[in-house]
Amino acid sequence: MSSQQFKSFALINSDSYGLNSGQKLALSSGLLGLLLLVLTAFGVQLVSASIHLSLAIGLLGVGIVYFTRAAYSNKIAGIKNDGVMFSSLTSRGILGWLLGVSLTGFYIVLYFYPTWLGLGINGDPNSGLIALFDPFSLWLNGNAATQWFVYGTLYTFAIIVFGYKFILKYRHNPYQKLRTISVMFFQFGFAFLIPELMSRLNSDTFKLPYYDLKSIWPLNYYNFDKYRVNSFIDAGDVGLALLIFGVASIFVITPILTYKYGKRWYCSWVCGCGGLAETVGDPFRQLSDKSISAWKIERWVIHSVVVFALLMTTAVVYSYLGHDRSSYWLNKSDFLLGVGGLLTFVFGLVMIFKRKEFGKDAIYGAVGYFVIIVTLIGLFVFDQNDQLFIFKSTELRKTYGFLIGSVFSGVIGTGFYPIFGSRVWCRFGCPMAAVLGFQQRLFSRFRITTNGGQCISCGNCSSYCEMGIDVRSYAQKGENIVRSSCVGCGVCSAVCPRGVLKLENDHHKGRINPTQVLLGNDVDLMDLMNQR
Amino acid sequence: MKKIVIVGNGISGVTAARHIRKLSDYHITIISGESDYFFSRTALMYVYMGHMKFDDTQPYEPSFWSKNRINLKKAWVKKIVSEDKQLLLENGELLSYDKLILATGSKPNKFGWPGENLEGVQGLYTKQDLELLEKTAPNNSICKHAVVVGGGLIGVELAEMLHSRHIPVTFLVRETNFWNGVLPDHDCSILNDHIKAHGIDLRLGVNLKEIHSDRMGRVESVEIAETGEIIPCNFVGLTAGVSPQISLAQNSGIETHRGILVNQFFETNLTDIYAIGDCAEQTDQLPNGRRSIEAVWYSGRMMGETIAQTITGNKTPYKPGHWFNSAKFFDIEYQTYGWVSSLRSKPEHELQLHWKYHDNTKGVTLSYNKNDLTFLGINTFGIRMRHEVFNQWLNEKKSIEQVIEQLDKAQFDPEFYKSYVNEIQSVLLATLSNSVL
Repeated sequence: MSSQQFKSFALINSDSYGLNSGQKLALSSGLLGLLLLVLTAFGVQLVSASIHLSLAIGLLGVGIVYFTRAAYSNKIAGIKNDGVMFSSLTSRGILGWLLGVSLTGFYIVLYFYPTWLGLGINGDPNSGLIALFDPFSLWLNGNAATQWFVYGTLYTFAIIVFGYKFILKYRHNPYQKLRTISVMFFQFGFAFLIPELMSRLNSDTFKLPYYDLKSIWPLNYYNFDKYRVNSFIDAGDVGLALLIFGVASIFVITPILTYKYGKRWYCSWVCGCGGLAETVGDPFRQLSDKSISAWKIERWVIHSVVVFALLMTTAVVYSYLGHDRSSYWLNKSDFLLGVGGLLTFVFGLVMIFKRKEFGKDAIYGAVGYFVIIVTLIGLFVFDQNDQLFIFKSTELRKTYGFLIGSVFSGVIGTGFYPIFGSRVWCRFGCPMAAVLGFQQRLFSRFRITTNGGQCISCGNCSSYCEMGIDVRSYAQKGENIVRSSCVGCGVCSAVCPRGVLKLENDHHKGRINPTQVLLGNDVDLMDLMNQR
Repeated sequence: MKKIVIVGNGISGVTAARHIRKLSDYHITIISGESDYFFSRTALMYVYMGHMKFDDTQPYEPSFWSKNRINLKKAWVKKIVSEDKQLLLENGELLSYDKLILATGSKPNKFGWPGENLEGVQGLYTKQDLELLEKTAPNNSICKHAVVVGGGLIGVELAEMLHSRHIPVTFLVRETNFWNGVLPDHDCSILNDHIKAHGIDLRLGVNLKEIHSDRMGRVESVEIAETGEIIPCNFVGLTAGVSPQISLAQNSGIETHRGILVNQFFETNLTDIYAIGDCAEQTDQLPNGRRSIEAVWYSGRMMGETIAQTITGNKTPYKPGHWFNSAKFFDIEYQTYGWVSSLRSKPEHELQLHWKYHDNTKGVTLSYNKNDLTFLGINTFGIRMRHEVFNQWLNEKKSIEQVIEQLDKAQFDPEFYKSYVNEIQSVLLATLSNSVL
């Protein structure tokens, strides 16, 4: 029907959205920089590695910055979504698919075939793209580059230059500017610089594992692996402090900050995955699926991942703990009792105080809880050292790393930006988002307030929600949005033409306010209907 | 089981259907010839601008209607045969009803301008209008210049739409200040500047004389009455307001004036036939100074909420609360709560206080009663305010001074936005003390 017609219209009017000459020049510069990087994968290196790399990164950076300036700086500040649904890149056209396939390909090579990028194995020196980063890596951390160093550098670079683009695009909006500066800062400082410098401090007698301090378990699913815990402990006070910080992050810091500000403090202000989604991924935010069925799938998948992550970690830690307390203060059975006790405590609190708000999801929560507890009991009863029933804990850990850590978060999560939108990983896969979402839905002061009866159901908010929340369905009912998946990016509020939405931290009273009749109508009628 | 038939699937008809379903088990049918599903008319502009796809303008998924047992019928109604309680559809089909709700909406005004029916001349109201616009003005090589006639909300939206596709726009406005039939001149000046800043050729105080045609019967140019200037163009948008769509009612013996005449229960002169939304004209005096015809999104919704009560047995008069509204003019958001009159319609007892940011992109106007100093209303530009708070202040009949002093409680701008409240308060309080003295 109609959408077909509009699609065909899009073909006719493409020239109205053509690039201006400044953008074309900038695009050439960027593509040249990209070409320089790609060529190295085929063994072509023009000059010395450091000059070649500087040239490539420089051309890319200049290209993106000038493209942005040509696109936005001569326009009056405001919402810049003209033609988004007509552009091949941003509406699943040929360009979008091409980019999606290329990104996915890059991730597959990165995760599974790093030698194609020139990683030297068995003591061989690096070549190709990775060798290009050797001088920089040596300078920064004292070692030759790895595929992860290359990836980390490019990732940080991308967040910074596309962050600049985002800031210019939303330069009328201080909330957007601040949180973008924040993700740029945390990516550059916490994810990139500090871990590299920390590894520089390592010596034969002192060794800390690579630790991005803002990456919190269960996102950082490997944080309590045996080798990491051992090296934390071996590193003395500093290591122990880091280990305690890692535990405190999830059990103390996270709940407090989420209670005060909602999960946005992490997902759209700090997190690196979120940072990439908000900057590089911003042109694709409208591609998220808003259907009710997508929401159903989301809840099953993300909560399954969090259960998987919890069991996997429990099994891994269990496997390396001893049976008695003589060697170490924590033993196998105490650990299991601790995990079980904590879960029961949380589950009990929710069922006692929040059962009503939990609604139909309570049954799913109960099922998840039940599965975990049965597994824990199983672990205890069968008491096999590194076995979770029929699965070896190391295998479990490997499977998780492969399926969730690599395929889901990288290949699908980022590779598919131009197809499924920018927050696929955050929405369907991230166990951290699930934990924070649970806290946000049930205990936080955060909500998106709707402004009385002003909503005109236009749907801009839903269209630009990267998490696929049908924001309009709440706004048009005058109902606050308290969804667990909301990362608080604030774009719904920004694109709203009628000033309906506001992200707020406030009292619990009136946070959840289902209404049938909105403000503005007969007061008696509102009372009659809304109290049903 | 009672059969409810609703003509029109806009916000009024659909809200009525939803609420009747909430309150009853009646058989509900919505008829529309315009679209398969309910869509947000106000979002049509975003489809043309490429912000959204047409399907994104539909607030409910297709499965919603069957799940809630609301039958949708795509057809045009030719006539109501009220004696038989039947509708005659254009395709010859007959449809019977126990209660009929007309929610037929509005149509763009035309004032008999010579050439107003030429090819390339249109209003912007329906989905079909949008499709036509896509054909006539898809880009700036097919449509080299566009003229928009009529300075209301749809006019400025149409100018923004065309501008988004880099089509040069001349905007002819009869008034000497943009939208000064509704806004005080102070507020209009913010919008005049902003529209021009976007590169729109805004012509104030001019009337359209004639639309000239080329040999193919297509629009070629427009002629301005005052100056005789000829402006060549490929597209003319007629946006001089809308009026109720009443042709069906007129054909069927229902009393009409400008709209379909109804009382506060939305009853027409014929039994079991009601009218709501844009097409309805109230014969009873409404509370809070509300107008007899309101072509506003939320009024349609409120009428739908109200009539559902009456239809399901709880006879309820329509009692809208305090007036409020909002709009966006290019990048400047506008909100209003209570009544702020234009120069033309300002009653003798109303005084106004103004504040404007130095770059002329933000401003507020507050109105009050000069006799008892009660607050009457506020217009805001580029600043968001909280509906709930102003609604309460209007209920409490707060004084203008109290409202100014507590203005920070009503702020609704996003976090970290610069607050202008202190500046506004000091300017307004100073003006107030001068005028009261």
